[in-house]
Amino acid sequence: MDVITIEGTEYKVVAERPKSLTDTPFTYCPGCNHGTTHKIIAEVIDELGIQHRCIGIASVGCSVFSYEFFDFDFISVPHGRALAVATGAKRMRPDSVLMTYQGDGDLAAIGTAETIHACNRGERVTCIFVNNAIYGMTGGQMAPTTLLGMKTTTSPLGRDAKRIGWPMKMSEMLAPLQGAAYIARVSMHDAKHILKAKAAIKKAFRAQLEDKGFSMVEVLSNCNVNWHMTPQEGVKFIEEQMTKNFPLGVYKDVWQEEAAKQTAKEEG
Amino acid sequence: MPMIEILDDACKGCLLCVPACPHELIHNTKAKLNKRGLYPVEYVDPDGKCTGCRLCAIVCPDAAIRVYKEVKKKSA
Ligand SMILES: Cc1ncc(C[n+]2csc(CCOP(=O)(O)OP(=O)(O)O)c2C)c(N)n1
Ligand code: SF4
Ligand SMILES: [Mg+2]
Repeated sequence: MDVITIEGTEYKVVAERPKSLTDTPFTYCPGCNHGTTHKIIAEVIDELGIQHRCIGIASVGCSVFSYEFFDFDFISVPHGRALAVATGAKRMRPDSVLMTYQGDGDLAAIGTAETIHACNRGERVTCIFVNNAIYGMTGGQMAPTTLLGMKTTTSPLGRDAKRIGWPMKMSEMLAPLQGAAYIARVSMHDAKHILKAKAAIKKAFRAQLEDKGFSMVEVLSNCNVNWHMTPQEGVKFIEEQMTKNFPLGVYKDVWQEEAAKQTAKEEG
Repeated sequence: MPMIEILDDACKGCLLCVPACPHELIHNTKAKLNKRGLYPVEYVDPDGKCTGCRLCAIVCPDAAIRVYKEVKKKSA
């Protein structure tokens, strides 16, 4: 921790902008949890001391400019292809740490095939999946993750299951695949949950560093602008509506499974 | 005493930190504009109530809050 002197008193800085972020201020809308998610990822990378090994994949969506904000190498890729490019980069440079940063439109709509197969192959990459139940960048169209009844520009009367199906649960879908090492769903709606999310992201990176397999953290996130809410109303909507449709928790934990296998073996 | 600093030009005035502070030390005063033409929040703590809990910094989507805590000197 840095120590500074103000008017003769020594202070240590206990919270500040993480080192793995550049000084460029985020261009996200006020209150958008893309920023919060960036911040905790950078804190995890600082704490693990892996900044020099990281390669990020910037997907298409509001986070398309994330290469401006993270202070390590980045590749900008076509819509939905983040995990395919991450696969190639990791295989050519096995010592690097690969992170994809993807929205729900990117990961769960146009990129569904890449997502499922990267997970099934157990690619040693870490996927941060920002689920804000909408296409933010293009002005608020319906996503596969949009909640039932939610009004968007392409579902002006609210999403109707009979015509358009149900909100897609990616974490639940991917967890049974054998390539998955760590899959968790977290939320950004208050400080306690943000700290939990940070711990989950750290575990996801550990799964890659320990060569366990594919890891993904689904982050329930605010798009208050396209939800037509204030930032406070937005986080309340996550807490009250999003978490009901998308239950928080750990869906796959390779360490827990290994420990269970070990005890089963010991007990004969 | 612990204290915080708002990085005015990074703050977008989203106000998520306002209800996060248990002592209500962050206010939407609209007293000044930042470089981007947005109103940054202000930290008002005349009685030194800040405990350095970091809750405001944790919820800040723009990493715009720095938290300082006094270094405890070991008495000789
Ligand atoms: C091949 C292709 N199809 C469509 C688009 C238009 N497009 C840009 S961003 C986007 C959706 C992004 O939504 P999401 O991934 O949820 O990100 P968010 O902005 O919500 O964070 C779409 C459809 C595109 N850029 N490229
Ligand atoms: S449109 Fe939504 S997701 Fe995009 S920056 Fe704004 S609040 Fe965030
Ligand atoms: Mg989205």
